[in-house]
Amino acid sequence: MTAVAENPLVEGLERLPVHPTVLVIFGATGDLAHRKLLPALYNLAHQGALPERFELVGVSRSKYAHEEFQQIARESIERFSRTKPDPAVLDGLLSDMRYIPGVFDDDSVYAEVGRTLDDLDGKAGYPLSRVFYLSTAPQFFPVIVGELGKAGLNSAEQRDTRVVIEKPFGYDLASARRLNADVLKVFDESQVFRIDHYLGKETVQNLMAFRFANALFEPVWNRNFVDYVQITAVEDIGIEGRAGYYEGAGALRDLVQNHMLQLLALLTMEPPASFEANRLRDEKLKVLESIVPPVVESVPSMAMRSQYGPGVQAGVPARGYREEDGVAPDSRTETYAALRLQISNWRWAGVPFYLRTGKRVARKLTEIAVQLKPVPHLAFQSQGSVGVQPNQIVLTVQPDEGVSISLGAKIPGPRMRIRPVSMEFHYGTSFVSQSPEAYERLILDAMRGDATLFTRNDEIEALWGIVDPILTAWKQDTASPIPQYPAGSQGPPDANSLLAPGHAWRRL
Amino acid sequence: MSEDIWNARDTAPEAIDSALRELLRERHAANHALVPARVLNLVVVVDRSWKGEIANRLERVGRYHASRTVLCAVEPGRTTIDARVVMSYEEPTGDALGVILEQVEIDLGDEHLTNLESVIDPIVAAEIPTMIWCPHGHIEAINALLGIADVILLDSDDEPEPALALARAAELLGSAYVVDLAWLRTTPWRERLAASFDPPERRQLLWQICTVAARHQASSAASATLLAGWLASRLDWQATPLSGNGDLHGVAHAHAHDVEVSLDSSDQVVPGLTGVTVAVRDGWSLSLDRASGGLCARRRERDGTETSWQVLGASRGEGGILGEGVRQALLRDPTYSPALACARAFCG
Repeated sequence: MTAVAENPLVEGLERLPVHPTVLVIFGATGDLAHRKLLPALYNLAHQGALPERFELVGVSRSKYAHEEFQQIARESIERFSRTKPDPAVLDGLLSDMRYIPGVFDDDSVYAEVGRTLDDLDGKAGYPLSRVFYLSTAPQFFPVIVGELGKAGLNSAEQRDTRVVIEKPFGYDLASARRLNADVLKVFDESQVFRIDHYLGKETVQNLMAFRFANALFEPVWNRNFVDYVQITAVEDIGIEGRAGYYEGAGALRDLVQNHMLQLLALLTMEPPASFEANRLRDEKLKVLESIVPPVVESVPSMAMRSQYGPGVQAGVPARGYREEDGVAPDSRTETYAALRLQISNWRWAGVPFYLRTGKRVARKLTEIAVQLKPVPHLAFQSQGSVGVQPNQIVLTVQPDEGVSISLGAKIPGPRMRIRPVSMEFHYGTSFVSQSPEAYERLILDAMRGDATLFTRNDEIEALWGIVDPILTAWKQDTASPIPQYPAGSQGPPDANSLLAPGHAWRRL
Repeated sequence: MSEDIWNARDTAPEAIDSALRELLRERHAANHALVPARVLNLVVVVDRSWKGEIANRLERVGRYHASRTVLCAVEPGRTTIDARVVMSYEEPTGDALGVILEQVEIDLGDEHLTNLESVIDPIVAAEIPTMIWCPHGHIEAINALLGIADVILLDSDDEPEPALALARAAELLGSAYVVDLAWLRTTPWRERLAASFDPPERRQLLWQICTVAARHQASSAASATLLAGWLASRLDWQATPLSGNGDLHGVAHAHAHDVEVSLDSSDQVVPGLTGVTVAVRDGWSLSLDRASGGLCARRRERDGTETSWQVLGASRGEGGILGEGVRQALLRDPTYSPALACARAFCG
């Protein structure tokens, strides 16, 4: 018989085939599974997007019977699914769900996982692909990976076997390296899917479409035309009861090390030859490695941190961070971080990249603003108007995904007076459709083995390498006061100290 | 949902266009966060007496709807044009944007159809694709609108005679991109068949398929023929005319063997396929049949053992299929045209 390289039936289909798979979720009764993973799986089932044979096994510490776990899953789905559940589909999804209770360092748990997986293979009549999804507290990642290896469940000899690891992947550069080493002792890199759900968002993928599907922007996308770039990811909410996590993380780890640096990489990387996973990740890595990490001593001149203090949010008094439940009254955890980065390559040398993130500021906003240089010569007088302003290209990720370009336009009248106007494009007006949840896309990609939207080991270490000196400097500095900004405000005025003369933060 | 409405009797396209612009201007002036969607023009030409039924179908398309819908209701003998423009929107909250959808309803006479382009062209939004749908025939309307049509939506299952329906679709393909609801009814089946044969050890079975049996609701013979045509075109079979009175049977020629093809009607209530069975020479077969909560899959191995399981998926319903048709206006499926050619060959 002749081996067939391609499946001719796939051509033209929007939904690519996913091979029969069993998904094992570690931490299946946790918050992420409850709010995101189980509803995402239901939505995939609803759309008919799950593999023709799909089995789910939950593993967690809580002692439940299969039926109790199925009931918990049902409640999660009914509460958080973006699609109203179809009873027959929901029943079908839940009916064969298995649950294995146990602690993650107990060998017997993995023996039971192995037996269950073998049983499911037997039921299917052939080896099902296996995806182990680690949705636990990060300290269990190396434990679970090690146990999977010990039990021989990492083998990819007869089937595709993959492991999906949630964020945070490491706590700093050293811990990320240790975790990478632990994981790669057991799994090959091609089996490892480090998830950052931000990359699964349509809006972030649109950033690549914007750059690489339009000839308009590439000619100005470099140091000759770009004056500076601002990336903002701020929220109007506080820590929402997550003091336990946030006190140990802070704004830099929470958003800058992963989401914001990923945005920066996608914004500044060279065009990849293709969107094959490693081609794309090679380009991201190259640009991340071109960001020169600061030495610890220079951190105060390129990074600042702050905490929200008491203030007023939407007309209502709001507590300061140190008054939040579970937060130490003398906490030094930053709720706001801003930094100035430089990319040392031919395209971007000399262009400052300003990043800022914060909680409890005036509004929720994620955007990238690319400020172009002013025109070299101005033939018009600016009297009687605000004058000619440099063009600005703003890519809004949320709340209203879109692109706006500021242009100079003549004010109607007899004189040649110019004022900036905005040309706006909003995705919501051009695609009247609902974007899939990031987790739906990423779970399917992991089951299909497409790592394009997942972070590679070297990429993770490059990301940590950029923020690690800042974390170190801030950890060492136990004396300087942490500047406060009022809740509901524009953020700390001290952030202006990072800006070059003539540069300004955009108003939130 | 809030609405701004304009009505006029014995009006003209220019007045309708002005009304659209004025309503938009007024609404945007009142609330800058409200902006018009600019995705797709959908021009629907229907019999006046079925206007409500079609309007209801359009309401059930779910999240995939055109941004400007022009619904032309044809009333025999009418000589004037009456129009109603409705802008609907939800007032946005906070910093969010609100999207305005536009619907134009035009009552006109059959005498307007031969020059319908002159009525519609001024009314459709420029710079976005225009899709034409004439669910009650009105071939003269389709012909008149071909000059402005980027996409034609049709349903080959609507025609009692599949051969004629598929011939018409092929003819229209020469003028515009065709989205065929009969084809879209086969999408989940095509996806499942593609997935079933995707594991490398199964792919080689594709070249050994010797039997394809599609089961369909009585009025969905075109869907079944398109499914068989799709397999023939993808697997490089030579389709030959099938024979029979109602149910159709015959063969397609694969490179080294013949493939038995049968298309049989069933008593299913909802339009579309009921099931499909694909068998290979050594006895392996896979059947997919419509069931509650998805499909029931049955696999028979070479040694005769059988396994069955549920393939999950919610029914899209006819509203969902129409919505999918609207969404497909923005996409291009390169496999429809070759599948259509093979389906026509099966029809003889």
